[in-house]
Amino acid sequence: MNEMVLEARDVTRRFTIGASLFKRATTFSAVKGVSLSLRQGEVLGLVGESGCGKSTLANMLLGLLDPSEGEVLVGGKAISRSSPLERARRIQPIFQNPYSSLNPRKSVEDIVSLPLRIHNVGSASERRAKVAEMLDMVGLSRRYLDSYPNQLSGGQRQRVAIARALIMRPEVVICDEPTSALDVSVQSQILNLLLDIKDELNVSYVLISHNLAVVQHIATRVAVMYLGRIVEEQPTEQLFANPRHPYTEALLSSVLTPEPELGIPDTHLGAAFPNPMDPPPGCSFHPRCPHAMPHCSTLHPRPLSDGDRMVECHLYDEAAAQAAREPQPA
Amino acid sequence: MSKVLEVENLRVDIPVAGGVLHAVRGVSFSLEKGETLCIVGESGCGKSLTSLALMGLLPRAARRTADKLIFDGIDLQSASRRQMQTIRGDRLSMIFQEPMTSLNPAYTIGDQLMEAMLWHKRVSRAEARERAIFLLEKVGITGAAKRLGQYPHQLSGGLRQRVMIAMSLMCGPAVIIADEPTTALDVTIQAQILLLLSELQAEFGMGLVLITHDLGVVARIADRVLVMYAGQVVENGSARQVFGAPLHPYTRGLLRCMPIPGRTRPGERLGSIPGIVPSLIGEIRGCAFRDRCGHARSACADFDRLRHNETGHEWRCIMDEAESLSRADELEDV
Amino acid sequence: MTFKELSSPEDAATPPAPAKPRWRDGQFLRRAFKHSAFMVGVVIFVLIVLMALAAPLLAPHDPYVQSMTNRLVPPIWMENGTWEHPLGTDGLGRDYLSRILYGARISLIIGIFTVITSGLIGTTLGVLAGYFGGRVDLVVNFVVMTRLTLPVIMVALAIVSIVGGSLIVVILVLGLLLWDRFAVVMRSATMQVRSQEYVLAARAVGCSTPYIIIREILPNIFGSLVVIGTFEMANAILLEAALSFLGLGVQPPTPSWGLMVAEGRQYLLFEPWLIMVPGAAIFALVLAINLLGDGLRDILTPENRS
Repeated sequence: MNEMVLEARDVTRRFTIGASLFKRATTFSAVKGVSLSLRQGEVLGLVGESGCGKSTLANMLLGLLDPSEGEVLVGGKAISRSSPLERARRIQPIFQNPYSSLNPRKSVEDIVSLPLRIHNVGSASERRAKVAEMLDMVGLSRRYLDSYPNQLSGGQRQRVAIARALIMRPEVVICDEPTSALDVSVQSQILNLLLDIKDELNVSYVLISHNLAVVQHIATRVAVMYLGRIVEEQPTEQLFANPRHPYTEALLSSVLTPEPELGIPDTHLGAAFPNPMDPPPGCSFHPRCPHAMPHCSTLHPRPLSDGDRMVECHLYDEAAAQAAREPQPA
Repeated sequence: MSKVLEVENLRVDIPVAGGVLHAVRGVSFSLEKGETLCIVGESGCGKSLTSLALMGLLPRAARRTADKLIFDGIDLQSASRRQMQTIRGDRLSMIFQEPMTSLNPAYTIGDQLMEAMLWHKRVSRAEARERAIFLLEKVGITGAAKRLGQYPHQLSGGLRQRVMIAMSLMCGPAVIIADEPTTALDVTIQAQILLLLSELQAEFGMGLVLITHDLGVVARIADRVLVMYAGQVVENGSARQVFGAPLHPYTRGLLRCMPIPGRTRPGERLGSIPGIVPSLIGEIRGCAFRDRCGHARSACADFDRLRHNETGHEWRCIMDEAESLSRADELEDV
Repeated sequence: MTFKELSSPEDAATPPAPAKPRWRDGQFLRRAFKHSAFMVGVVIFVLIVLMALAAPLLAPHDPYVQSMTNRLVPPIWMENGTWEHPLGTDGLGRDYLSRILYGARISLIIGIFTVITSGLIGTTLGVLAGYFGGRVDLVVNFVVMTRLTLPVIMVALAIVSIVGGSLIVVILVLGLLLWDRFAVVMRSATMQVRSQEYVLAARAVGCSTPYIIIREILPNIFGSLVVIGTFEMANAILLEAALSFLGLGVQPPTPSWGLMVAEGRQYLLFEPWLIMVPGAAIFALVLAINLLGDGLRDILTPENRS
């Protein structure tokens, strides 16, 4: 077993919205008691749809957002007890939109060397050399050192963002939808680059994506999120071969591969997408679930772990089903 | 076999600083009743402008020309602005990408659904309302009568896109043009919306032109596929032809770029298409893809026409069918 | 260390990148020259600034010297006008052209210093509210709303009538009152920039909050700041004229355009140029600044134009 590089222990994040002078605020939990771990060299895919809390979770892993409960450990040390600089050396993000992740007023060199400057690494000329070396690594010609983001294509911008994330040689990189804003032909180049860099620099990734084909291609383990909870986690191969949670099943069946003979899949999901601010009682997936049972709407399922897989669903919880069938003692 | 839409040699030119941008360069296709035609390509290939040109909704500076542009027996080129207004939203309707911004937040769902019908048809409000409820139920929205009084912000993205689809069906269109209708939606909802579209199409028999960058979507829903590159159709065929035995190197390149569960090995190198799309400003001679193509030869600089075989599969490449198929795997060995 | 084989395929066909950003490589100037309204504004504004700077050289007379024998001399384009006093003289026989030239100084000083004061206050409040949000935002919103309940003219009148009018008082009063628009616009601009991923990336790199605000956010909202600044400057100049007209701004005998209009009031019927000339000067300056602001907005944010 490799060393644990990133761990989240039972993290919860609540948000308060609608606060004003005359209105009481309402609170909702974007992430509810999520635990996950990442070992060196692993790629953890985090899959879920909009509003499931994956971006909130990512920001907590990066230390940009404090958990309301629970804690995040980077390299075994609580992120809340380490300084921003220490944290930044170990964990870095790559964002979805290469058009908004680069400051339009700064040159490529400024952008990529920012971490070096903040961390007081080297002299100006040493930094420039390091940046140039980094650009080589991400496959961007050195002649772009003095270019500005608006002069680059989407793929080139994403390479700059990757160079910025990697220049301090972090142990963990959180990739938040790194290719979903890019064209197919550019997407494949970025995915290839991420894979090459992983081997070269020995980094671990958390890959957040809604594109299961991408996740399957890169991730070694996959966690599926639904409304703030991780509802299933398995090694990639197993998850794709044998999904257990009905939501995972629906996600997998809705992957549209370019195979015309397969037609349009029927996910058997209801159309009622719940409001994340006001999740349904019991299992939050039950209104859309094709296998919902009576007690799904009242009883929150508990996480069931066996070996390296975890699922949170009443279908696999005999004890809870048993208890639900028996009349409650008065 | 009746054609509801016939397009021949459609061109869109946009004057820009430094010349004329030839955004669409001679696109031809036709659409049968009840057929689904997908136009697929990467950003900047001209697919969206093609759809806007059909609707007569191009930006003011753009110039549209065509040898033939016939919709439902009407020549769109000679149609006046007024005629276009009566065609749009009635016989020819459109679904846009962003369900968040394509509904007006100031009006109720009901008002927006009924608006087009009250405008185009001689119906009473009660009849329009009845049809709105009927269609909302058709697109899978529960409590339709209650929804009519709601405002767009009260609905989720998936529901809004369903409302948009219902709206496009209000007047019983002959053709629906959908520009990236599921791109902004979550994957499970995308599958639901596509299923809904194809079911409704089977039921009402309208033609569907779907514009997207997602080859997965295209493969699953299309009867016919147009692959566009640099403002031109580079491949045109049935979904099985285009995905089963693609004949244009660009189509093959795109397919090799995609990780496909069950086909590509996890972690293996994906294919890529080297180079960038050529600038469409000024005249372009020969094959626009030749700078990025592994099979390019000097004659490509002059070759620019669609080949076709007896099955109706068309491709714009110097290689004939036999050569293209025999060299299909070549690039993968590089 | 180098991934030769994947060395960006996109690079191959891309022409060498030019080395400067959009707003430094002459694009700004090229766009500015094409914007005719902006150029008109620039020309008038620069002329007025030059007039103000060179007033001692240009003015034919001392603007304060009265001459009872030369009262109410008409300007050159009227009957009995002389080149001695091209714009005539006022009721006390002071040369009107000289007073207009010196008056430009007052207007510009008021405009510039008011905008600096109010810009500092408003930008600070707005950026803090936009960046931190939550409670800070609530407090700033409250302060802004409180400020908006105060009628500028009335408050200015009240203060000036208590402490007495002078250039400094007018600048301070206007500066402390006119920051609301800065705060509102800077707040929303900051919120918009703050939500950009590059700000998040800077935080993830370990940048401190002051660094992020100064280096990452301010350069990106500077455009709107300049635009608001020009509009507020025009506003301040008009308000000074109004205050002086009411006798509560700059005090006589200082040559202020507003004051000159006020003093010309009693001659309205028979010597209307006494009002028209300083009125036209105020009009030209305010128009020029507004054209400048409008133009800057178009030039700095071309994507927002329809």
